[in-house]
Amino acid sequence: MRKLFTVFLLFSALLLSGCGYNTLQATDEQINAAWSEVLNQYQRRADLVPNLVNVVKGYASHEREVMETVTNARARVGSLQATPELVNDEQAFARFQAAQGELTSAISRLLVVAENYPNLKADGAFRDLQAQLEGTENRITVARNRYIQAVQQYNTTVRSFPTNLTAMMFGMKTKPNFSVENEQAISAPPAVQFE
Amino acid sequence: MRRLLFAFLLLLTAVTAVAEVAVPPLTGRVVDLAGVLQPAEQAALASRLAAFEQQKGSQIAVLIVPTTQPESIEQFGIRVVDQWKLGRKGVDDGLLILLAMEDRSMRIEVGYGLEGVIPDAVAKRVIAEIMTPYFRQGDFYGGLNAAVEQLIALVDGEPLPAPAGKSTASGGSFEDMLPLLLFGAIAVGGVLRAIFGRFVGGAIGGGLVGMLVWLLGGGLLFALVLAIVAFIMTLSGGMGGVGGVGMGRGGMGGGGFSGGGGGFGGGGASGRW
Repeated sequence: MRKLFTVFLLFSALLLSGCGYNTLQATDEQINAAWSEVLNQYQRRADLVPNLVNVVKGYASHEREVMETVTNARARVGSLQATPELVNDEQAFARFQAAQGELTSAISRLLVVAENYPNLKADGAFRDLQAQLEGTENRITVARNRYIQAVQQYNTTVRSFPTNLTAMMFGMKTKPNFSVENEQAISAPPAVQFE
Repeated sequence: MRRLLFAFLLLLTAVTAVAEVAVPPLTGRVVDLAGVLQPAEQAALASRLAAFEQQKGSQIAVLIVPTTQPESIEQFGIRVVDQWKLGRKGVDDGLLILLAMEDRSMRIEVGYGLEGVIPDAVAKRVIAEIMTPYFRQGDFYGGLNAAVEQLIALVDGEPLPAPAGKSTASGGSFEDMLPLLLFGAIAVGGVLRAIFGRFVGGAIGGGLVGMLVWLLGGGLLFALVLAIVAFIMTLSGGMGGVGGVGMGRGGMGGGGFSGGGGGFGGGGASGRW
């Protein structure tokens, strides 16, 4: 009887690794790690924003509107609960993405405005901040790409046979992925104006 | 019909036109695909970088390509370092200086472990204040050399783990020891069998192998399987067929340069000249 039990244990262990359960767990964990990195980098950007606004304020205090947009977008990002569990909630994920996208465009507008102030552009602190922001944006891109790849791998496992049976059994659903923000704005040709 | 074919062909060319620049193989510390550097300059840079790796352990590489189009230099750069894996594994102390001649753009890609000592703002300053002035005058070797010296000085100030090159790399991976383990099991199993008899000796031998594999980090299931193998082997008196397992590992290119497994996260800075 005992021998039979041992054989059963061995067999089930083998079966478990054959049905994709372990793959699902491993890729799921990979998504968590990739997602944490995404959050990390977004947080880094959010931390830079107040400094940026302060520096710009010193040279261009009357550009109130742009700075308020940035500050508001920053506040909205901060008010969202950016937890690792976000990846399991499609709607919260979309909200998070929208808020971050808003902050992205607000920051780039602020940087465009800054181009009009030579003194500001020459300021060492501003240049450092600009370099940090550029680097952070690039890190965000990289982190998002890695997240996209991890989710792709996971979702493929969840959907394909026979691993989809395992996924169904353990209630593992596909995870939301990043989509291109403001799709229309990208597909529309940029307006160039000559003065 | 013909028009359709034409459209199809057009589509094909369109597809190839967007194809991204392939990541070049890592042939040395300085890879110049645009023919910018003289062989002597290239060798001088490479030996300086090699000496620094000996001394500090960090891997710095230079890559010069004609263009990164249609990708941006950032997109291309992260693909290169993802493949090259500069820097030591776990320490992530790799650096890549990337130049795209036709795009007149450059980038310093900083590994995770060096982001503290070379934050983006510092990388940007190296680009704007050291490399750009040289490059504007067409002195690419001078600019690269100055940038390399500056980066080396920066990294040198960071306390990193000592380079491992002096002693031979500590204990190979688990898979490397597997053949050794099996031969050991046969030898020990023979002795055990002589002392305790077939069955008990086999059981002890199997148990020992299982424990050992498990302790070495081989996973429980794997340990169990190996234990059973060892048990059967001892029981049947050491079959001769195991020798096939110990196939020699091919000698890895001596003297060549390869990345150490360092990770990058997109840190660094870019600029144009």
